[in-house]
Amino acid sequence: MSALVAASDLAVSYGGGEPALAGVGFDLRPGERIAVLGPNGGGKTTLFRALLGELRPAAGTLRVAGRCASVPQTERSRLDFPVSALDVALMGTIPGRAWWRRPSRADRAAARAALARVDLADRAARTYGELSGGQRQRVLIARALVQDAEVLLLDEPFTGLDATSAARLEALLAELAGEGRGVLIATHDLEQARRWDRVLCVNGRQIAFGVPAATLTHDVLAATYGGAIVTLPPAHAGAPGPQEAILPPHHHHH
Amino acid sequence: MLHALTEPFAQGLMQRALLEVLLLALVGGTLGCWIVLGELSYGAESLAHGMFPGLVLASLAGVPLLLGGAAGILVAALAVALAGQVGRGRIGRDDAVAVAVTTLFGAGALLALSPRTPVGIQGLLFGDVLSTTGADLLAGGALAAVVLLALRAAHWRLLAAGFDRDGARALGVPSLAVDVLLLGLVALAVLVAVQGLGNLLVVAVLVAPAAAARRLTQRLAPMMALAVLLGALAGVGGLYLSYYARVAAGASIAGLLVAAYLLARLGAAASSTRKGRAAAAG
Repeated sequence: MSALVAASDLAVSYGGGEPALAGVGFDLRPGERIAVLGPNGGGKTTLFRALLGELRPAAGTLRVAGRCASVPQTERSRLDFPVSALDVALMGTIPGRAWWRRPSRADRAAARAALARVDLADRAARTYGELSGGQRQRVLIARALVQDAEVLLLDEPFTGLDATSAARLEALLAELAGEGRGVLIATHDLEQARRWDRVLCVNGRQIAFGVPAATLTHDVLAATYGGAIVTLPPAHAGAPGPQEAILPPHHHHH
Repeated sequence: MLHALTEPFAQGLMQRALLEVLLLALVGGTLGCWIVLGELSYGAESLAHGMFPGLVLASLAGVPLLLGGAAGILVAALAVALAGQVGRGRIGRDDAVAVAVTTLFGAGALLALSPRTPVGIQGLLFGDVLSTTGADLLAGGALAAVVLLALRAAHWRLLAAGFDRDGARALGVPSLAVDVLLLGLVALAVLVAVQGLGNLLVVAVLVAPAAAARRLTQRLAPMMALAVLLGALAGVGGLYLSYYARVAAGASIAGLLVAAYLLARLGAAASSTRKGRAAAAG
């Protein structure tokens, strides 16, 4: 099976300056979920922007075989905007359409199908800002699905979700990967990352890449997150050995 | 009663004024929604006030106001952009823009108060919708058509960029181009509206109807329709006021537009209180 994304010794910079991210080499295969771990400002967003074609590689090679679509954090969108869930999904049809054309009947059908795919068919007419956080995240995933994307780039999609919404989103991502898509998920949650296929750790450069069990060692995490790591004792008797966790970024200054 | 409603519009002067206010309502209502959603009201006001020297110079030189206004807006846009750059890091961007715009407006006032200035400078400040000529209507109609066509064509890209800029960029919508387009259309709309409403009141028709409609609607299409309707009602009502109460037409229209916004705010607040009570009871 050929890779959807293949990067080799990739460096990306903004406007030709010092690379914001360097030494990246990984591949994303169909059906795979890869966690992208790293501190804020560590290069996760830079990597995504390079995959979307917004930033050109400053060095190395980046081969993207499938169409990439981004699923941004819901907080970055305007909750007071007068748009329905269907309107937001329809935005996914913009790339395939001349700018003076309105969405066709086929575009509308595709947007409705995508909303149904993320289990929101009955919410199509609702105002986006009135949906729950988990529902909003799924609307943004529908917008990506409308683009027929083979590669989904999710930016911390679980932030702020309650346990039920998070479980639902996790199941959806597993299904989408099961359909042969490649899914890259930027996250701070090590527990989640351990459940996915592979992990990519970045902090200005690539620290490590591989299957979680072999990759998420203390040294790798220390290099990825600097001092912001704590080792937790086992939660209860019989629980698996000591666990490592990342302190949320806002704790750094205390 | 019917006679009282039709009588004002028996004269050609009032008929042209009626067409002009309806034109303003159409442009102001639709473009105004993007101005309000994009939080561009301050930019619109800066352009409108900054163009004042251009209008005064045109009136001094006896060239069409449209030309002077266009030149004035270009200079104002340049000054605003430069002020943002020059002031960077030392004073706030808004403050820098305010300084630039006040300077331009003051320069216009100096020119306007010179002894050589023909009478009618008041018309530049407060507009004179009753002196709309056939040629004004034609030029205004053409500019309005450009604004409306551009808004319709760019609708989905404006929507995507307004909703989330990062997401829009990933969809291939360049947010800078969208900003430039929107500000260009605002400049055109100010040019259309300044003749009728004047330099000081033009922002009312671009912001108030859309801001009122924003309070009462949940989708863009009804928001635009309501904004156009409110603008038209205020425009027609202002003409009646000026005819029967003998007050300035432009000021009456602007006053009614602001009243419509205040009513919409009250209405929206009352409706949300009611909803809140219903939710608490249910």
